[in-house]
Formats: sequence, structure tokens, C-alpha cells
Amino acid sequence: MTSKSLIPNGPRPRRVITGRNIMLYGTLILVCLYYVLPLYVMVVTSLKGMPEIRMGNIFSPPVEVTFEPWVKAWSTACTGLNCDGLSRGFWNSIQILLPSVAVSIIVASVSGYFLANWKFRGAEVFFTILIFGAFIPYQVMIYPIVILLREAGLMGKLSGLVVVHTIFGMPILTLLFRNYFTSVPEELFKAARVDGAGFWGIYFRIMLPMSLPIFVVAMILQITGIWNDFLFGVIFTKPDIYPMTVQLNNIVNSVQGVKEYNVNMAATLLTGLVPLTIYFISGKLFVRGIASGAVKG
Amino acid sequence: MTTVAVKDLTLEFGAVRVLDQLNIDIPQGEFLVLLGASGCGKSTLLNCIAGLLDITEGEVHIGGRNVTWEEPSDRGIGMVFQSYALYPQMTVEGNLSFGLRNARMPKAEITERVQRAAEILQIGPLLKRKPAALSGGQRQRVAIGRALVRDVDVFLFDEPLSNLDAKLRADLRVELKLLHQRLKNTMIYVTHDQVEAMTLADRIAIMRGGVVQQIASPDEIYNRPSNKYVAGFIGSPSINFFEGRIEGTDSPRFASGGATFDLTGYQTAGAPLRPGEGWLGIRPEMVVTGPEAASQPFTTTCHVDLVEPMGADTLVWSHVAGAPFRFRMSGQARVTAGDDITIGFSPAEGSLFDKQTENRL
Ligand SMILES: Nc1ncnc2c1ncn2[C@@H]1O[C@H](COP(=O)(O)OP(=O)(O)OP(=O)(O)O)[C@@H](O)[C@H]1O
Ligand SMILES: [Mg+2]
Repeated sequence: MTSKSLIPNGPRPRRVITGRNIMLYGTLILVCLYYVLPLYVMVVTSLKGMPEIRMGNIFSPPVEVTFEPWVKAWSTACTGLNCDGLSRGFWNSIQILLPSVAVSIIVASVSGYFLANWKFRGAEVFFTILIFGAFIPYQVMIYPIVILLREAGLMGKLSGLVVVHTIFGMPILTLLFRNYFTSVPEELFKAARVDGAGFWGIYFRIMLPMSLPIFVVAMILQITGIWNDFLFGVIFTKPDIYPMTVQLNNIVNSVQGVKEYNVNMAATLLTGLVPLTIYFISGKLFVRGIASGAVKG
Repeated sequence: MTTVAVKDLTLEFGAVRVLDQLNIDIPQGEFLVLLGASGCGKSTLLNCIAGLLDITEGEVHIGGRNVTWEEPSDRGIGMVFQSYALYPQMTVEGNLSFGLRNARMPKAEITERVQRAAEILQIGPLLKRKPAALSGGQRQRVAIGRALVRDVDVFLFDEPLSNLDAKLRADLRVELKLLHQRLKNTMIYVTHDQVEAMTLADRIAIMRGGVVQQIASPDEIYNRPSNKYVAGFIGSPSINFFEGRIEGTDSPRFASGGATFDLTGYQTAGAPLRPGEGWLGIRPEMVVTGPEAASQPFTTTCHVDLVEPMGADTLVWSHVAGAPFRFRMSGQARVTAGDDITIGFSPAEGSLFDKQTENRL
């Protein structure tokens, strides 16, 4: 050792193994195992044949890899009356998801923008009511909604479910957008008005291009929320148009015959695939969007 | 000819009256500076003129038209904001042309105007950059350019230089003055900075609590402030006040703290001086020291409490006639705290204010 290293100079030397690091990484690894282990069991089980599963050893990797359960879950498993697997539910869910996500985000972003930038009489009252709406447990509203949908002739239709999802997403999404748009400097909005941009001009050409992150956040919230919904799906639709989650439940909980664990696992993984994909694609944007309220940019 | 006229303008935010029956007439080509303490309603007034706030009462006329109910973009104004307010996702060129594109101007003319503005403000090489890639001074230029391309008669500036460092501020101040000389537009300029106000303005309007206190040339504001508030607000270091009585009518005097100031030759604002309570204001710059001090109408010897050297000149804190008194000396003068020096000034060149109304006598 030369005396040079004793004089503080340049980057501070870091020790890798410290009590703090051991604690930190130890906890992280434990938490990781806690979440990854069940996933691992699901994946390996879904790739085994039934005889192999009956032998136990749920942690051992499959001796003979088979994609049979996945195919069965997708196209031939029986969900109540129909025996065409989850594929029907998948397309139902897509048909529910796309319009609900699109409509709710469009409406919420415009109303958030309106609330944040175009102060009108009663805006505060309106906003308070909206926030209040976000905190009412939605179970209490189910029966009134059933009646409303029946009266409107939408009960048991896909479009009815779309309407319900759109409306229920509104409070939290409007809140999200309003708060984001209020953080945009007011002078920017004033400058655009002096420059002759109108309500839509400012929305499309100033606000939208600045708020991509918050749109991604809203999309993720809505996609996962609507895709994972079970309650509304089972109440407001009927078997032909059940969303994927309801069909998954019917497969997993069917009482006839033997329990096909591998098919159940494959079906569950298939159902979870959509939100998972969304996370992987846009996770970075998601984090950025949530943090962007704190650091403007 | 008047370009901007504000008539009996009142603005209330709920129960708070921010502007109160305000009247201002601004002739074509004038550089008017709005000056006042924080919160006195300068920005609010500017926003009312621009049409960004709905006014409670009164009228706004621009270019001879009553524009009280018109949209900001139809009023023939350009505005420059304190925070620049550049559109972050557009290039400099996009920022400059945004207003013109909204007005559906032909492409060729847009290009031409952007080029001309870029040339005037020397931002040609920056046209393809985004605002994030510009320095503060460059951003400010782009913000000015955005008002420039619209070819308007009236420019509104809301503290455009206050986010810049002192050196850049001084540079841009000169540029703004040159720009005004070249374009000869009407400009309304809000600032906190007295130096900016004094150097740029044709006229200065001093505001307080939503009311214009005085609107006059910088020279007049400085030398003949119309009331005690204006006298105290303008000038740094600020004016010295003596509280006392005006005595005698033929040869008026001002008595304060045992001293008597001879007011012979004082130019009254209206009626001749009458005996009564009042304030006498003496600017720190009016005080003479050294050999010439003795020939002044009022001479005294004072004790130096504190010395603040500021380079070009030195500020001395002291007491005269029992009241705190500041005055300026040459930067070359060698004084230290504890010295006794002789000073003199001419009280008749000061400003007299009535005790009750605080208006100039
Ligand atoms: N939206 C608002 N609601 C209520 N009061 C307001 C609102 N905007 C401004 N005010 C009040 O109006 C007064 C004038 O504000 P204004 O912004 O015009 O001040 P200013 O002279 O520009 O001050 P500064 O020099 O600090 O910018 C302030 O007292 C402020 O609190
Ligand atoms: Mg202001």
C-alpha cells in the first residue's frame, strides 16, 4: 500500500460486502423467491402431462415437455356449455377492452384538461363530486346499474359492459389527467391563447404532445383493471360473451371429471399474458409517468 | 394617437379587488413600464389588456377598437412571459410559427416572417433546436421572437428578464431598447427592477394596491414624485425623510428635530406653501461633501455610523436632525465609521409632502 490511497482523492473506495448490503440483497432475494416460485410451479406444471403430475414433485422440471395443455386450454377445454376453450373468452375480452380503454381515456383526458385549464363556474364542486365517486365501493352500485342497463336495453350485451367499464374508470382517470395538466405551467396555456389556439388546438397541439407518459399510465391502469375484471363481467354479460376471466373461472372450477392441473395452469397463464405483456412493453414509461408529477420535464 | 387605453378597469378575484378603477392612456410607440411592489396587480393588469382574464368592469381599447370582449389572439398584441413559456415539444421554428399557422397564413409568408424575426434577434442558427437545448438568454430571445413574428402593434412583457443573471439582463436590456427604437411599437413592460424601469421607459407607471400612483417620465418620477410612496419606492438607496413643520409663508422654512431647512425657491406642485405638518424628502444623491458643502443652503456636520463602499461610489449612513440619513459620496472618498464630516444640500430641491394626504406640496 502506498500512502497515496490513504489521502482522500478521487472516487471514494466502496466495500462490496457490508452488513447493509447483505441485509439489502438478502431481503430482495427472499422477496423475489416469494413471487417467482409460484410462477415457476405454474409454468412447469403446465408443461407436464397428467401422469407426471400425479407423481407429485411439483418443483421438478418436466421430464417430457408437452404443449398439449396449452392447446387444450386455448381451444378445447369446456367452459360450462361451450367446449371451445379460452379462445372465445379472449376475443370477448378484446372486444370489451379496446372500446372501454379508448373511450374512457379520451373522455377523461378531455375533461381533465377542461377542469385544469378552462376554469368554469362550479368546476370545484364538479371535481369534488368526481373525487367522491372514486371512493364509493362499486359493489353498492351493482343493483342500480343492473336496473339502468335493463331499462336501456343493454343488459347482457357487450356494449353494456363497455359502458359500465368506461363510466367506472372516469373518476380516477379524470383525477389523474387533471392533476397532470395542472402541473403544466399556466403561462404555456396563456401563450397558446395569445397565439390564437382554441380549446382543441391547445389540447391537441400543446397538451397532448407533452403528456405521453400520463397517457401510458392511464392505459396500463385501464387495461389491467378491465382485463382482470371478473365481477362486472359475470353480472352484466351472459355465457356466450363472458370475458376471459369468467371463462377461466369456469374451467378451473368445473366439477365434472378429473382436475386437469396442467390445463388449469396453462389457462391461467394465458389469461394473465395480456396485462403482463403490457407491463413489459411499457414498464419504463409507466414509472416515468408516475414520477413525472414530481420532476417536470 | 392612443394605441392602448384602459378605462375604469376593475378586476376582482372573488371578494378581492385587485385592480380598482384603473385608467391609463398609452400613445403610439411609447415604452411604458409598470413598476410596483410584488402583488400590486401588475401582471393582472397586463393579463387584462391581453384578454387572458375576464375583467369585472371597464373597457380596454387597442388601436382605437374596443376589444374588451375579444379573444387574446384578435387584439393585435404579442406577449412575452417571465417563464418564457416556449412550447417544449416544438422546435424554435415551430414556436415562432405556431401563431401564424393558427391564423392560417400562407407558408411562404410564414417562412419569410420567421426568417426576419430570427435575423433581428440573431437566433437563425437555433431554428431547428428544441427549447430544452437553449440557454436562458436564447430562450428569452425566442419568446420575444414569438411576439415579433405576429407583427403586432402592442407588445406586452411580463418581467421578461427576471430569470436571467445580472450581466445577461443588462445586455438584453440594451437589445430591447434598440429593438424598440427600430420597431417603434407600443410596449408595456412589467418589472421589479428600478434600473430597467429608469433606462427603458418613456414613461413609468407606479402601481400600488391596484391603483396607479403616478405615471410620468423617469426624470419626473425621480425628481418630482407625486406622493410619499412613490418617493420612497423609487431610488436606491431610498430617499431620506424628515418629519416636521412648514413655517412662514413669504420665506418658507421646514423645521424638524431642532434643525431648520430653508425652502426659498421650492417649486410647489400647486397652491403656495402654507404652514402645517409635513415630510421633507432629500435624495442621497443631492448631498454634497467636501469644500463645496459650505456653500449649500443647508450645511451641517454629521457623524458617520456606517460606510458601504460600492465601487463607483460609497454609501454613508448617518443621522441628521435626529433622523437616519443616507448619502452618496464618490468612490474615491476615504471615510470610515466614526468620522465627522461636513455635508450640505439644497432643501428647496427636495420634495415636500403633506402629513395627512402624503401628496406632493
Ligand atoms: N387567481 C387568483 N385568485 C385570487 N387572487 C389572485 C389571483 N391571481 C392573483 N391574485 C392576487 O392579485 C394580486 C395581484 O397579483 P399580480 O400577479 O398581478 O401581482 P404582481 O404585481 O404581478 O406581482 P409580482 O411582481 O410578484 O409578479 C395579488 O395580491 C395576488 O394575490
Ligand atoms: Mg407578476
